[in-house]
Amino acid sequence: MNAARKNPFNTYAAHGALILYTLIALFPVFVIVINSFKTRKAIFREPLALPNSDSFSLIGYETVLKQGDFFLYFQNSMIVTVGSLFFILLFGAMAAFALAEYRFKGNLIMGLYLALGIMIPIRIGTVAILEMMVQTGLVNTLWALILVYTAQGLPLAVFILSEFMRQVSDDLKNAGRIDGLSEYRIFFRLVLPLVRPAMATVAVFNMIPIWNDLWFPLILAPAEEVKTLTLGSQVFIGQFVTDWNAVLSALSLAILPVMALYVIFSRQLIRGITSGAVK
Amino acid sequence: MTALTLTNVHKSFGEIEVLKDINLTVEDGEFVVFVGPSGCGKSTLLRVIAGLEDASSGTVNIGGDVVNAVPPAKRGIAMVFQSYALYPHLSVRDNMALGLRQEKQPKSVIEERVEKAVEMLDLAAYVDRRPSDLSGGQRQRVAIGRAIVRDPKLFLFDEPLSNLDAALRMNTRIEIAELHRTLSASMIYVTHDQTEAMTLADKIVVLRDGRVEQVGSPMELYNNPANQFVAGFLGSPSMNFLQKAPLAIPVNGTLGIRPEHLRIVPKGRIKGAVTHVERLGGDTNLLVATDEKEALTVRLFGQNGTNVGEKIELDFDDHAAFVFDAEMQRAAL
Repeated sequence: MNAARKNPFNTYAAHGALILYTLIALFPVFVIVINSFKTRKAIFREPLALPNSDSFSLIGYETVLKQGDFFLYFQNSMIVTVGSLFFILLFGAMAAFALAEYRFKGNLIMGLYLALGIMIPIRIGTVAILEMMVQTGLVNTLWALILVYTAQGLPLAVFILSEFMRQVSDDLKNAGRIDGLSEYRIFFRLVLPLVRPAMATVAVFNMIPIWNDLWFPLILAPAEEVKTLTLGSQVFIGQFVTDWNAVLSALSLAILPVMALYVIFSRQLIRGITSGAVK
Repeated sequence: MTALTLTNVHKSFGEIEVLKDINLTVEDGEFVVFVGPSGCGKSTLLRVIAGLEDASSGTVNIGGDVVNAVPPAKRGIAMVFQSYALYPHLSVRDNMALGLRQEKQPKSVIEERVEKAVEMLDLAAYVDRRPSDLSGGQRQRVAIGRAIVRDPKLFLFDEPLSNLDAALRMNTRIEIAELHRTLSASMIYVTHDQTEAMTLADKIVVLRDGRVEQVGSPMELYNNPANQFVAGFLGSPSMNFLQKAPLAIPVNGTLGIRPEHLRIVPKGRIKGAVTHVERLGGDTNLLVATDEKEALTVRLFGQNGTNVGEKIELDFDDHAAFVFDAEMQRAAL
């Protein structure tokens, strides 16, 4: 351990910087959550005050929950996010394995082609995607969203996972081949468990943008029964009147599921990010 | 019966030719060591035999069957890897049993064979542990056990001792030699370490740049190397090569003398000064700069009082010297 790490001043400075950053990052969330428990007047009078016995009100939550479809929106968001993550990880890992493991003509070109998607935003193709969805009859289905998000997430997933898969020992895969394991079993039983931290990293990177996305739900699936949470919350925002209680309550509720998913992945995520540093 | 026959085996990766026309036989029960510097193709050759790489041309024949198109699991081989390559999610017992389960062997056979291997390798205390709870030496024993239970026609070892520390390396080396005696199985062993090659092999195959340089028993290669490369590769400290020799040698040729064949004499054919002394207790190595500005190593048995900077004269028996021509091939003295 070097001197810089032992010096208590440096430790405090590092913690100070991290705490400051945490405060800045959490501040908007904090404001949303406290205001969601206040009356409308209290929100505008003192936006930064904590709710007290005068200003405390659950009116926002009541509105949100009375709006009967809210649970449906929740469910839709969940299905879309989990479904997309599943397909991104499954197909991403498979493509990454093929690129990392097999020598074939055009391997490098294929890798570059797949990585190209990282640089080109998928939204540029929105019109074409919409036309395609209309023709295939997928408009206003959750499948439309799952397919688009899978396509959007795959390039980064392939890029990150193939890098990790290259690090998995060749000897281990060869030992499996000599013991008579099929390529599928080598992939699912030997390689995937070893790249689990990388999978978690990819999952977290993809999960939050998908959960928060407003663009594609608005364009591809605006029908009532397939609305996602972010789109559903928009009903409270009007051109002339906005029901701030309801908006803030809806947003507060929307934070919970992603947080739960994040907690599930985070242990693996931290291992993924630090695996190079501490090994 | 021959355990393995390689006929005109070539292997290229794109433009690069890694193995060039390899012809080789391994007899039943023979311990063959592939040795050579890194990048000489020895590991690739092992992988071709195992079926992990396809030969670009030529045939691989294991136990009488041409196996070019046979997948690794059906070739009747077992392999031990440098990095052990144990399955991290399985216990020691399951690591050993997996190959047999894949072959759909009956449970009783699997248990019996695993039990036998565990006993042979003294692993009884660890059978239910995961590989991550074992030391390097134990892991390598498990990997060897995994090979034994498959009862293969041919064992393949890919630098199995390179990840072990020196003391453990020696012990495991002896264990492998004992294993070979007990099982009397055919084994191929790849290493870059000439000591392992000399101590384990019935037959050494010296490889360089994808070509077989020489094949023979350890002492044949040591006493009668076909060329300068083999002469320099085997033996430690390695053979001295002199361009300006005190003997008649071919033009641009080289004289080779093993360090132990040089002796200090009052009046000799080679004169020089000692530049470094290595005292190992059992023997003493002197590094000498000759008056012709060439470097020599002299190996003296026992302890010796010679100091750095001393002027000494050296001599040797002519029949102990080797002569190599300009193409580095062996020439007559």
